[in-house]
Amino acid sequence: MRFVDEFRDADKAHALAAKIAELCEPGRQYKLMEVCGGHTHTIYKHGLEDYLPESVTLVHGPGCPVCVIPMGRVDDAMHLAAQPDTIMTSFGDMMRVPGSQGSFFDAKAAGTDIRMVYSPLDSLKIARRNPDKRVVFMAIGMETTTPSTAMTVLRAAAEGLDNFSIFCNHVTIIPAIKAILDSPDLRLDGFIGPGHVSTVIGCRPYEFIARDYGKPVVVAGFEPLDILQSIYMLMVQLAEGRSEVENQYTRVVPWDGNLAALKAINQVMELRPYFEWRGLGFISHSAMRVRPEYARFDAEMLFDVPGVRVADPKACQCGEVLKGVLKPWECKVFGTACTPETPIGTCMVSPEGACAAYYNFGRMNRRRVDVSIS
Amino acid sequence: MTDRGTWVDQALREHEEHARQAGRPAGAGTDREQQVLDRIDRARKRRPRVREERITMSHGSGGKATRTLVEAVFLDAFRNALLEPLEDAAQLHLNGSRVALTTDSYVVSPLFFPGGDIGDLAVNGTVNDLAVSGATPLYLSAGFILEEGFPVADLTRITGSMKAAAEVAGVQVVTGDTKVVQKGKADGCYINTAGIGVVEHDVSLGVANAQPGDAVIVSGPIGEHGVTIMLARGELDIEADITSDTAPLNGLIAELLSAAPGVRALRDATRGGVATILNEVATAAGAGVLVSEDAIPVSPVVRGASELLGIDPMYVACEGRLVAVVAGDQAEAALAALHASPLGAGAAVIGQITDDHPGIVLLRTAFGGTRIVDLLVGDPLPRIC
Repeated sequence: MRFVDEFRDADKAHALAAKIAELCEPGRQYKLMEVCGGHTHTIYKHGLEDYLPESVTLVHGPGCPVCVIPMGRVDDAMHLAAQPDTIMTSFGDMMRVPGSQGSFFDAKAAGTDIRMVYSPLDSLKIARRNPDKRVVFMAIGMETTTPSTAMTVLRAAAEGLDNFSIFCNHVTIIPAIKAILDSPDLRLDGFIGPGHVSTVIGCRPYEFIARDYGKPVVVAGFEPLDILQSIYMLMVQLAEGRSEVENQYTRVVPWDGNLAALKAINQVMELRPYFEWRGLGFISHSAMRVRPEYARFDAEMLFDVPGVRVADPKACQCGEVLKGVLKPWECKVFGTACTPETPIGTCMVSPEGACAAYYNFGRMNRRRVDVSIS
Repeated sequence: MTDRGTWVDQALREHEEHARQAGRPAGAGTDREQQVLDRIDRARKRRPRVREERITMSHGSGGKATRTLVEAVFLDAFRNALLEPLEDAAQLHLNGSRVALTTDSYVVSPLFFPGGDIGDLAVNGTVNDLAVSGATPLYLSAGFILEEGFPVADLTRITGSMKAAAEVAGVQVVTGDTKVVQKGKADGCYINTAGIGVVEHDVSLGVANAQPGDAVIVSGPIGEHGVTIMLARGELDIEADITSDTAPLNGLIAELLSAAPGVRALRDATRGGVATILNEVATAAGAGVLVSEDAIPVSPVVRGASELLGIDPMYVACEGRLVAVVAGDQAEAALAALHASPLGAGAAVIGQITDDHPGIVLLRTAFGGTRIVDLLVGDPLPRIC
């Protein structure tokens, strides 16, 4: 299939892998973090690690929107969904995320009206069709999905819909990356930058990583060859002692981002003073809320939201996994008490979560592809 | 939720215990990943328990939750030697004849879709469940649950499809039942069919028979029914030229069994798709399954829709495709027999049974890497059949 097969070509992968192997200095260990959960998914889905030398380790980062939603916010959403005459709408990823009282799926089975949507605009359709109900959209995601939520609010405002609101959980990736860079328990050599987020925010916001922390960043696409090429580009920078922001995903990511999308976000939303990330704790200016001008579409303003902080289950080590301190299988409950069927932590829920990706795709002895040139 | 405390504690205890036995603190060591994998393997072999308090849509997905429900609730209640293999049809010995018996319910939404309707499915699905057990399907029952207000014209259209499908498959509907429920208590029309057939070939088919060296064959491009239904619902605003693959497989299977007596197991790939069947083979046979992504036939429409929607065609339902496990030396003959029929024209060997990684299905990706193909969690698409 065109525009897919070209990016999954095994011969090209062999060639790139051989170049990566050549760039490894003997005795040196390389730890590269792929920030985005979409990359984690691609890496496992295509078995990309088979191509990497043992000295190159991929560390899975915090860029999985579902994984970073704290339990208290899930409980708040369940509370909103349980109000009379309410329809809660949510992306499918969110349906299995456990709160302290179970997940959306459990609530749905018990009779709460929770509907899966593919786009926030589908929630508007539901709101139009059900004028006697109030429809709340569980808005989650990083900068990738924030513009579509903002556009949905603008559309609702233009139509004068008065039964639609969003429960805004949009987060912003840069403060989380900074939190990881400032975390004392992790040594990283470079970052595979989040491609989808960068289509919106561009490449400039990562410049501080290269400048202030001396770590190279390569913004990467989502096909396996994109990621392998990005790893190669990072290894070249490391070999040459450079730390710069480079863009591998030029076919989609403009250096300055998408100004129209940023404008829409800015029109509807503003930064929160702080927001809790699951496992990472409170990070200042790391999430968005609805601006007062659009308060009539803000579920947190319209309805009583408990807003109680709920501690993660004591067995859960999602925080360490999200920071890349632990590999998924190093978590105490990985694969035994915490499985995709009965997840304890969020990393086991989303297909982009590191634990789910490892459990579903990578739970095996890895055999490395022989890339030596004969 | 109720027993979460206890099983989490159990897992933590095991973790500590394990670390002690290994003679080092939890969190050190080089072969620890393998130990964790072994521990997971043991956890997966435990007797399944339903942890939810209520039925969720996942329990109908055909994946892990369905298997847990079937084993923990139904098998637990009805356990007997005939039920226990959990094959598509039970094999009975009646007065010296071998008889296969099966039943299936149909709740597909929408009722009518490109390439067929609920009536076609209700006949073909049950015929196929009999045929893959090696039986010649003979007679069906049909039970209808109808919602108050359902148009009679739609019902006659459905029964018309059933009649036509039964004629093609060479079976008769010989008994039935009708129930009507109040408006809002059902969604138009649900159908249950049961079927019986006789096993004439001297074959004993079952996924537990798979042996290392056997070939794994699919009879044609996968996932077409599932994608058709997904698009027919009109929620995705994707239009594509695709029709359901619903078809009776008894003729094709008869040809296959005469050409290749070394067929060890047959399954029709419905809910849960080809991936689910491969997992059933790996688990029941205690062997590994290794398939090659390049070899799996997938039409461009299914592949394109799957890429767009982020789903894996390996998990998407078919209604007229079978997966066959065939002795390695008869793979060629089996493939030739399948290719001779229009229903099997797209058949391909997609992989083999190995003695490596028992119980696990591995996929060699087109990219050149390797990954696991596990049972699906959750339901990407409810009410597919």
